[in-house]
Amino acid sequence: MPEALFGELLRQFFRALLIGGLFCTAGQLLFDLANLTPAHTMSILVSTGSLLAICGIYPALVDFAGFGASLPILNFGNLLVSGAREGALADGFLGILTGMLKPVSAGITAAVVFGFLVALFCKPKG
Amino acid sequence: MTKKPQPERWYQEIIKANTPPKQVFRNSLTAFFSGGLFCALAETARLLLIRLAGLPEQTAAAWVTVGAIALAALLTGCGVYDRAAQKLGAGLAVPISGFANSVAASMLEHKYEGMVLGSGCNSFKLAGAVIVFGCASAFAVTLLAMLLGLL
Repeated sequence: MPEALFGELLRQFFRALLIGGLFCTAGQLLFDLANLTPAHTMSILVSTGSLLAICGIYPALVDFAGFGASLPILNFGNLLVSGAREGALADGFLGILTGMLKPVSAGITAAVVFGFLVALFCKPKG
Repeated sequence: MTKKPQPERWYQEIIKANTPPKQVFRNSLTAFFSGGLFCALAETARLLLIRLAGLPEQTAAAWVTVGAIALAALLTGCGVYDRAAQKLGAGLAVPISGFANSVAASMLEHKYEGMVLGSGCNSFKLAGAVIVFGCASAFAVTLLAMLLGLL
């Protein structure tokens, strides 16, 4: 068992490195070559994630590279589409609205709660 | 349309001569390896949680995401994340931890303007753009797919 697990870990490590690295490089090129602000870059990446998700490309990428595709912000768009899609299949138009934020709720809530704790207990630097 | 005011030609030349050249290739390489390594470690953690701790796939993925977010918030509080992000660029901005960092950093930065008016009102400065454009684009593509019967 350990040897098979080791092989799987190694394979997934390099897949995640490749896919995650490529997305980060794309973000860096948008910073450097297109001279975009972080807010513009992230908005473009999230929208790209939504587009890739509705075409079925992004879920395939997640299957292939795991967190190589799940960690970059593009997955935020992917999760929004998957939530909206599930809602739409269950409840039609209203489902798009009620379902969209379900998969990302953990991420947003965690970011707000931990951010709040940090603001409470830490001092601003610099 | 009004023209954007341009500095005098001689001044532009001085600016040009003194702006350090952008190291596009090196920055990209740094972003590739730092961001890629971060993703690879997260993927390793997810697999270990599934194979060794026996968690279901969805639960393991949620734990790793929440872990990355908590870590990013903590490192933002110590001032480490922002210093590292200046060196590593998009390698730390593109992963979801960059989202958590932007929330924590803006809440922290405006702390002394008050918890409500400072931290509360400024928390989604950069993350707000992500949520707005994410929701708008996801709504548009899902509605389109639904109307076309492709869902």
